[in-house]
Amino acid sequence: MSFNEAVRNHYQAEIAGIKSTGLYKEERYIHSAQSPEIEVEFPTGSAIRKCINICSNNYLGLSNHPAVIAAAHAGLEARGYGMSSVRFICGTQDMHRELEKRLTKFLGTEDTLLFPSCMDANAGFFEACLNEHDVLIADRLVHASIVDGMRLSKAVQDTYKHSDMGHLEEKLVEHQDKRSRLVITDGVFSMDGDTAKLAEMVQLAEKHNAMVFVDDSHATGFIGKTGRGTHEHCSVFGKIDVITTTLGKALGGASGGCVSGRRELVEMCRQRARPYLFSNAVAPVIVAGALKVLELISATTEWRDKLEWNAHYWRGLLKGAGFDLKEGDTPIVPVMLYDAKLAQDFARDLFDEGVYAVGFFFPVVPKGQARIRTQVSAAHEKYHLDRAIEAFKKVGKKHGILGLGRKELVAKFAA
Amino acid sequence: MDEISKVVRDYITREYVQEGDDREITETSPLISSGLVDSFSMVSLLRFLEKKYTIHIPDADATPEAFDTVERIVALVRRFQKAEVGSV
Repeated sequence: MSFNEAVRNHYQAEIAGIKSTGLYKEERYIHSAQSPEIEVEFPTGSAIRKCINICSNNYLGLSNHPAVIAAAHAGLEARGYGMSSVRFICGTQDMHRELEKRLTKFLGTEDTLLFPSCMDANAGFFEACLNEHDVLIADRLVHASIVDGMRLSKAVQDTYKHSDMGHLEEKLVEHQDKRSRLVITDGVFSMDGDTAKLAEMVQLAEKHNAMVFVDDSHATGFIGKTGRGTHEHCSVFGKIDVITTTLGKALGGASGGCVSGRRELVEMCRQRARPYLFSNAVAPVIVAGALKVLELISATTEWRDKLEWNAHYWRGLLKGAGFDLKEGDTPIVPVMLYDAKLAQDFARDLFDEGVYAVGFFFPVVPKGQARIRTQVSAAHEKYHLDRAIEAFKKVGKKHGILGLGRKELVAKFAA
Repeated sequence: MDEISKVVRDYITREYVQEGDDREITETSPLISSGLVDSFSMVSLLRFLEKKYTIHIPDADATPEAFDTVERIVALVRRFQKAEVGSV
């Protein structure tokens, strides 16, 4: 069928529907490298303005670090630009395997396999490793990539209430008839910024004969005393069966992800995970950069320590100003507004005040849970955060929300 | 309120409503379109209904629309209760 007028009209109506429900997403063009201060063109065609960036996943501030850039340059020179192949044909260089070994050591697992992204790692893992004899039991707030990966698997699928260990145990008991049970969670939940109860989860998994899967994308590199991740933070290092994580956030922020865990599960992915089998190897330049990042953060905790301080300071500033926050102790600090329109207006007003943050609302978060998700970086200096809070206070005052809790906010914007 | 409706409402409240969320589930509260019940969670609800009422609801009938309110879920269960009786 050609792309005729009727087909075009259909898609135009779909797009108009997305716009009318307030869900239309627009890119903002950034004319600088990723950093705490960026130059943004928004709306498209308008003058470029300098903003404080408080919404990137550049947790350790290494996305634009000179040592990482130099290592990437050297990798580019030594191993070229692209592989023009999937891994198992002629796309595996010595440095791919070296990075997998270094990640294994850093994460405290048995083996690791690189994927083009953590989205791909999550999309590939479940189908490769579990089938109709097994059950997947996921926290209800896991990342969309896990949801998609689960959908591709033939295993029975179930969920438990967010971080509710009693409910998880009920599910583990209910599914004892299956060959194996896999408990699935994010390490740090990307929208709420809270941390999974991994110690209790591991205990329950041992009691009810289950495996544990953790997507630690918002934790690897900075959560835990030496930044190994949520498993280090919860004192269950070495006890997680599968960790998926990304190179696209704290670990340099370029792209790439991995499945890391029990040797046999990693091997099953090497044999059967379709995103690994059918997409190109991670580019040498990214592998070289990621190797440098691991070297840097294995030698010192200075970045994760600064990030911890910044996150604590920023949370205190927001709390002190009277904002309603989701509780937590990670660099993800959601400012709760509950109303979708308010979240959009608030983000726009912040931008006018020189602070770049984004409003999130349904379907990204549950209905009535709209928010501004702020994310702190080790690259932020105290003065960035001090300037940002002034903008938050000004906009908060404009909308009359400072000092209001959930009930008051919901009531105020209910009409 | 009939027995099936009460069972479904109790199950949904117990299974899906988070602690601290004081919403009340009525016959016509949107469940799926409101985001309270997602597609995976719908599977648990389906399994619960099939076990509880010893019925089989085919995938083609277990649509998000058919599961969107307590009212519709009760109608679905009744339809398949009749079908099971009819098939004996």
